[in-house]
Amino acid sequence: MLSMTNEEVKKAAAFFTREIEKLASGRSLRLMEVCGTHTVSIFKSGIRQLLPENVELVSGPGCPVCVTPNEYLDTAIAYSRKSDVMITTFGDMLKVPGSSSTLAKEKAQGSDIRIVYSSLEALEIAAKNPGKKVIFLAVGFETTAPTAAAAILMADEAHLTNFYVLSAHKLVPPALRALLASGKSHVDGFLLPGHVSAIIGLQPYDFLSKEYHIPGVVAGFEPLDILQAVYMLMLQIHDQTARLENQYSRIVPKEGNPSACTILSQVYQQTDAVWRGLGKIPNSGMSIREKYQAFDALLNIPIIVEETKEASQCQCGKVLRGLLQPSACLLFGKACRPEHPIGSCMVSVEGTCAAWYKYGAGRWQV
Amino acid sequence: MSNERVQLAHGSGGKLSHDLIKDVMWPAFANEILGEMNDGAQLHISGCRLAFSTDSYVVKPLFFPGGDIGKLAVCGTVNDVAMNGALPLYLSAGFVLEEGFPIADLQRIVASMQQAAKEAGVYIVTGDTKVVEKGAVDGIYINTAGIGKIMDGIHISGKNALPGQNIILSGYLGEHSLAVMGERHGLQFPQSVRSDCAPLNGLVEKMLTAVPKVAVLRDPTRGGLATTLNEIALQSGVGIMLEETHIPISSAVQAACDILGFDPLYLANEGKMIVFVEPESTNQVLDIMQQHVYGSEARVIGTVVKEPRGQVGLRTRIGGVRLLDMLVGDQLPRIC
Repeated sequence: MLSMTNEEVKKAAAFFTREIEKLASGRSLRLMEVCGTHTVSIFKSGIRQLLPENVELVSGPGCPVCVTPNEYLDTAIAYSRKSDVMITTFGDMLKVPGSSSTLAKEKAQGSDIRIVYSSLEALEIAAKNPGKKVIFLAVGFETTAPTAAAAILMADEAHLTNFYVLSAHKLVPPALRALLASGKSHVDGFLLPGHVSAIIGLQPYDFLSKEYHIPGVVAGFEPLDILQAVYMLMLQIHDQTARLENQYSRIVPKEGNPSACTILSQVYQQTDAVWRGLGKIPNSGMSIREKYQAFDALLNIPIIVEETKEASQCQCGKVLRGLLQPSACLLFGKACRPEHPIGSCMVSVEGTCAAWYKYGAGRWQV
Repeated sequence: MSNERVQLAHGSGGKLSHDLIKDVMWPAFANEILGEMNDGAQLHISGCRLAFSTDSYVVKPLFFPGGDIGKLAVCGTVNDVAMNGALPLYLSAGFVLEEGFPIADLQRIVASMQQAAKEAGVYIVTGDTKVVEKGAVDGIYINTAGIGKIMDGIHISGKNALPGQNIILSGYLGEHSLAVMGERHGLQFPQSVRSDCAPLNGLVEKMLTAVPKVAVLRDPTRGGLATTLNEIALQSGVGIMLEETHIPISSAVQAACDILGFDPLYLANEGKMIVFVEPESTNQVLDIMQQHVYGSEARVIGTVVKEPRGQVGLRTRIGGVRLLDMLVGDQLPRIC
């Protein structure tokens, strides 16, 4: 697809948008893109403007930073205040507001917080700083969890005794099930996350078509991938069928990545997890298995965490379930902006509100 | 703001930097010249028009592919002076050194400064050296200030953008940020990336001599192309529309950005400039730039439009249009 000329790309985009409009034939349809990377790509490439007004793209709970609950941040912030602890984290987490502070503010006050680009970098930092307890904030879906698991295995092999993981890893399919089971989020089709599927394969989404009769298409991240996936969804909706299809077969094998899954289940076990906005979802999180408990921050470093408070008026919970458009939130673009975020959806670059704001939905009038 | 503390993002060149300047610096220093908000001050002294600018350099690591802190400290300030339509003449150099810093590294840095100054045709004529105890700075910080003579008949300002003007970019984006970033974190990119750090005054002089009517000149450093164009749109009260497919981004930079999740439109450059020019002079400016070593990939990337004022839009590859906002936050501290 990258080898196409600009003219060819434009032509293909025009074909897909024309066909999508025909297939929708005036019906109001809601398609949910589950993954934050899709949300960004959709806004960045201006796809929403190309689609007919009656075909609406709604963002789902697919931004790992956004769905991380306040309690987790409060715990990380409390750890960062301990003088013998060093926090290692992806940069996105720094600005996410906890109940009364952020990691960025704690860093400015002197907490030792380092931005890393991978869990393995955190491991290196631990090896170089034997006097500190180095905690890695393990946030992310099935895509990033295997690397955190690999870091734990490597730390075990190297007999590192100062490397810990504060796990908030989450699993996508159980969240989609919870969303549908609630009966509130009306969705006509799912654009399923390409990268997550590259790890877990297609089978975990079977319930969408089998139990709920909703079509799903695993999609890539180039603008044309997304347009093609929407077109594939529209074909199914038009034919009144519900299947699981794979638009991103150049990257996503049907069975996923078995070796990544093996590492995952070697280190982690499925557990109930709390999602911001969605509450506790059965079997949607990952906790460290007993064999590797020496690396579990919560079990090894005692900590007292402040009582969790949620920002009043913040509607991130509704936005994450696709029940509310960001611009309908009273705080959006006013009290809550990327430089002064109130809700998590405005913090992460992949957050729904941040994408709406950054790429001008409701702000840019041509 | 008075009960807050400085965060790294306050130094990003993006929204928080603007807030810091607006809420802390401006109330203390407000005056007419500062209020122009250009890359440097334009001064009128005894009938002579001068451009004056300063910048501090804290890049980490000190040496990176394509440059080092010394070359950067000279080129950065030379370019800021040149972006006022001036010929840079003299620089000052202030050094803050950490106790224990290797003299050999210092020698390497000052030699690099001298080489860059020679290429730019400027002299480093005054300076200062301070040493602080170990741990009080990270190796070495350098401040340079530069002064230059504004060319006769030239009136460059971020306020001069008018609907109808073309916007030219001198070459590929994002190389400096990624080169520094790659070196700092030991990242192996699919293709190697070198900093574009270079003095642009020679190119500016050639261009302005031939086409004095150039309206705006700016080098897209911190905050990148997107932030710089937003500043100009705000200063001039105009809109800007860019064509995504016309913006030069090398495959090496694109590949590195895809891996790291960065947008090249927000990455800092140290050897690129943006030129706003009337349609009738566009081809002449392009010709001059393309014949110069630091402008060989120059091309028109967009135009100035009337509405929406103060905003920048981007027409995407697939034909959609979206807003191109200023940088918020800071993913890449200490790149210059």
